[in-house]
Formats: sequence, structure tokens, C-alpha cells
Amino acid sequence: MKINAVNMTEKEYLLPGNRTCPGCALSLAYRHILKALEGQVIVTVPASCLTVLHGMYPVTSVTVPCVNTPFATTAASATGLVAGLKVLGKEGLTVLAIAGDGGTHDIGIQALSAAAERQTDFLYICYDNEGYMNTGNQRSGSTPLGAISGTTPILGKQQNQKDITAIMEAHGIPYVATANASYPLDLYEKVRKARTIRGTKFIHVFVPCSPGWGFPFSDTIKIGKLAVETGWVILYEVEDGVFRLTAASESIAKRGSLRPLREYLMEQGRFKNITEEQINELQGWVNTRWKRCLDRAVNN
Amino acid sequence: MGTRDCRHICGESSPAVGEAGKTGEWRDSFPVIDPEKCLLVRQNKPSCFLCWLYCPDAVISKTIPIQINMEYCKGCGICAQICPAHAITMVREEGLCLDETG
Repeated sequence: MKINAVNMTEKEYLLPGNRTCPGCALSLAYRHILKALEGQVIVTVPASCLTVLHGMYPVTSVTVPCVNTPFATTAASATGLVAGLKVLGKEGLTVLAIAGDGGTHDIGIQALSAAAERQTDFLYICYDNEGYMNTGNQRSGSTPLGAISGTTPILGKQQNQKDITAIMEAHGIPYVATANASYPLDLYEKVRKARTIRGTKFIHVFVPCSPGWGFPFSDTIKIGKLAVETGWVILYEVEDGVFRLTAASESIAKRGSLRPLREYLMEQGRFKNITEEQINELQGWVNTRWKRCLDRAVNN
Repeated sequence: MGTRDCRHICGESSPAVGEAGKTGEWRDSFPVIDPEKCLLVRQNKPSCFLCWLYCPDAVISKTIPIQINMEYCKGCGICAQICPAHAITMVREEGLCLDETG
């Protein structure tokens, strides 16, 4: 049965009154990730906005078990949880390691790469808000070229982001996907699918950040959709090496036109000092990646 | 000398609504629903529910008509943006120190 807003479960695992900013896309994405896993999950979280969402001792705003781990050890702690569950003979539980882009692209990549190489059976989700948002918007390995951040305050960042999904795909793991908080049904289905697969699964979730990127709270969904429509984010999944475009990216591929990237950049305060050359460079990067995805997709 | 109570080997938190307090106090504007425009009320059967789907804080109920928990609604305005029938409008809270006229 295809999931939609009407037949999706009413049960919530994320409680109201949590500590996230108004209009937080991470909160929205996490709500649907937990719904997709139906509470049968142990979460492991490093220092990140998600730790803030989980709340301060002795109260938490999430109804599933969660382990707080040091920054670099998300995947290592997930490996430990998987080993522990195996020894105790407990089945039917998913181990979910969920970290931000800082905890994945920069600090956690060694542990993640090692766990993927060992094919440890857990789901790793990287929620990408393109910076270290809860500590003051410092630049990360995922911050785009030209974006102003806490550590690149005048000229903006001089390098472009790295493609973490491609890096993870190169590990040869059974399931890799990208998702976007603005397309919660697509995210829900990908998590449901990943849950049934054995081995290391990786999902990259794009989460627009209103205070960090400089747009109004109410525009969170709009910015996320614009990112897909301009090709900044491409929604796809790679299951056992078979590449498929999904959701809006699939329909854009069939209709055949991306909107200019400039429309996406101009909506955000962090790109206020971006130069024409940088916009052209980013547009070229988007075009190359989009063409590569079109060439690879089996459903195009 | 007794033995230590080892039932809890680490600090454990308990889940509760309102971990950050009454987050409704963060609002600078609040959502108002016009039932005459809402597709759910007009069709009187489960449909749409986009506001419920997209609410980041899970404060909108999946009922007909929808109910918004104003104690915890942070007033982000996503529901007003996403509503296909434009049945939700954001109204500024009065009496805030932000008000220049206040």
C-alpha cells in the first residue's frame, strides 16, 4: 500500500514542546523517521541539533531508547549496539545511527567508513543542514561554496561541499538513498525499505535550517522543495547497485527541466555575498551531477 | 558495607511532553483556521491532512476538524504555507514586547 497523509499512523514518537527552533526541518524529518520504524528502534546520537531535540537530563522528548555518544563514535557505538543485541538474542529491533553533517562528513567519517566496510547491520542517517548549526553555524564539509557561516563570515566559504552519498555508495553497501524533509512520504518509504535490508544502510536527509541559512521559519518546506526543483538536491536510491530517481526528481527527469540554481540561492541570507563566478561554478556543478544521475537512472 | 544499586548503570531520562517548557510562549504569531475553507471539514471525511503531515512539532491533531495544541505550537507558520485551500492564516500575537506600537 502506498503511504499517504491519510493512511499514515497517528502514533507519535516525538513529543510536542521539544527544544528545536520553530519550523525545524530536522524535527519534521525525525518525526517521520521514527514513525517509519514504528518505535522498534534503538537510536544512537552524537553531539548535534538532535541531541538538543532529545532534551536535557532527566527529561527527553522522544519515546524511543537513545544513546548519547561522543562526536566521532556514532557508527562505532551502533556497531556495539548491534553486537549487544546479537548476544542477547533480541531480534526485530533496528539500530539507527543518526548524525548531522558535521558528525558524518567531518568528524564521524572514519568510524562510519569502518562500519560500512565490516557490513555491520544498522541504518545510518545523516541529516544535512550544511553546517554546525547548534554551536554557532560554523562551516562544515557540507557547507556550499559562497555560503556565509560562523567561520567564513565575510567572503563565504571558498570550497564546495563533498558528496557524502557517493562516498558511501563507493563502499558497496546494499542500500544508499537521499531524501528531503520537504518530501516526508518519500523519506518514510525509504526508511521502511532500508529497515528490511540486512547490512549497512545509508540515507542522506536534506534539512533546511531557517536560523542558519537566513530565511523565514514558514519557508522551510518551500526552500526544501526549491532545492530539489533546482537540482541542488537530487532524490534517488541505489539498491544493490541499481540507481533509481524518486519522488520529485523522477518527475523532473521525465518533464525534463531544472529551474536555475540562482532562484534557490537568492532566497537565503547566507548567499548574500556570493559572486557571479561562484554562482556559475555552482550551476556547473549541479548540471554535471544532474546529467550523471540521468545517465545512471534506470527509470528515466 | 552494602552493595551498590546497579539497576541503572547510567543516567536515564524519561519521556515527557513539554521538555523545553511551554513552547507556545515562543510564538510571535499564531495560526487561525477557517473551517469553511478547510477541505477536511467541507468533505467531512479523512483527506488532505497536509498540515498534520508537515507540522514539525506534532501539535496538530489528525481529526475533523483539526485541533492545534496552542500550549506547544511554536508559530512557525508551515501549516499556513502548506495548506492547499489557504484555510490557515497567521495572526500576530498582541502584547508582545516586540510590538513597536505596544
